[in-house]
Amino acid sequence: MTNVTGLQAGESAEEQAFQAKIDREERIEPKDWMPEGYRKTLVRQISQHAHSEIVGMLPEGNWVTRAPSLKRKAVLLAKIQDEAGHGLYLYSAAETLDASRDEMTEALHDGRAKYSSIFNYPTLSWADIGAIGWLVDGAAIVNQVALCRCSYGPYARAMERICKEESFHQRQGYEIMMVLAQGTPEQKEMAQDALNRWWGPALMMFGPHDSNSVHSSRNMAWKIKRRSNDDLRQQFIDMTVPQAEYLDLSIPDPDLTWNEETGHYEVGPIDWDEFERVVKGGGPVGRERIRDRRRAWEEGAWVREAALAHAEKRRQRKMQAAAE
Amino acid sequence: MSQSRSEGPRSEGPRSEGPRTEWPLWEVFVRSRQGLSHKHVGSLHAPDAEMAIQNARDVYTRRQEGQSIWVVPSAEIVASSPDDKGELFDPANDKVYRHPTFYSVPDAVENM
Ligand SMILES: [Fe+2]
Ligand SMILES: [Fe+2]
Repeated sequence: MTNVTGLQAGESAEEQAFQAKIDREERIEPKDWMPEGYRKTLVRQISQHAHSEIVGMLPEGNWVTRAPSLKRKAVLLAKIQDEAGHGLYLYSAAETLDASRDEMTEALHDGRAKYSSIFNYPTLSWADIGAIGWLVDGAAIVNQVALCRCSYGPYARAMERICKEESFHQRQGYEIMMVLAQGTPEQKEMAQDALNRWWGPALMMFGPHDSNSVHSSRNMAWKIKRRSNDDLRQQFIDMTVPQAEYLDLSIPDPDLTWNEETGHYEVGPIDWDEFERVVKGGGPVGRERIRDRRRAWEEGAWVREAALAHAEKRRQRKMQAAAE
Repeated sequence: MSQSRSEGPRSEGPRSEGPRTEWPLWEVFVRSRQGLSHKHVGSLHAPDAEMAIQNARDVYTRRQEGQSIWVVPSAEIVASSPDDKGELFDPANDKVYRHPTFYSVPDAVENM
């Protein structure tokens, strides 16, 4: 049985000291003693998070050549480059826990590793790029701000860096939506269509309801997770509904109501069957995403090998020169 | 003392058998402004020092966060071991007289 502090009967002195450290809000650093479960949970979570950043570049990359102006193209490229950076910060954080980069990459490519199922939806129109920035990056920010207080130092530091960069992502997305919503009726229609398709998946980004969340209580005790899925989801809903109102777009949920008493919006039931399908079956474009990642990796192999061979040749030349 | 990277890993040596294709790991330090010292910002993989600097620029200084970058092979970093933390830092514990608050100076005496 787990109590609030996560201390369990029969725990070793090391485990108790570890938990006490976390309860005191002390950060855990790479070479500190940690329970194997803590390490494994972090490696899984951080690498999944890294994969999401990397796979997340693909739906947006789909629009780089078709962005409606040079400005939008430059902005989109900058955002995608940021996401690559986010992936790298996170892979580095996982590597401090003895995870190997190549093994993480392999796990993604052969389908063993998960990533956020939001990226298994297609980007059908330019408005989707707006909706992604506004809703997907918006939801990511809510999640990531909470993770800045994670008990594992390198993960928390990566999150801080990422949060600083995310704000531009959300704002550029909202601006795209605003231009469309204030444009021609067809453009506004496009914006509404994108909101209709991305709203549900964005809510699912926070994961299952607390009552169905498998690892939640232990991860809370370890402070790997600081706030519950439902709690974070509610914050996102309360933030986003007024933003949609400003755009004069409607949230695609007939059950959406404002609860005067609690001061929160209430949403209708979330389609978890779809969520399960997308997580397991890869969604409309899941297979494509992994195929694209794998191809990029394989086609870049000669570059990685050549760079390594070049570095080795130069190292040997230098050693020879020194010996002469 | 143990020879390993500042942020990990906690065990040493190659992690997998077979030919090595993974680029070595580098720790990155950035001076954000003239007048400040270089600060550790993270790590990255690169085939050599030059590429490590290039990659560090792209990964860690996309928004003018840096005036200067250092890269150090992670394997070259020698770190104190957390297990010896007690012993290693112990000698400082009982020397409170190294702190200014150890000495009492009357309120009437100013500028000290
Ligand atoms: Fe990101
Ligand atoms: Fe982002």
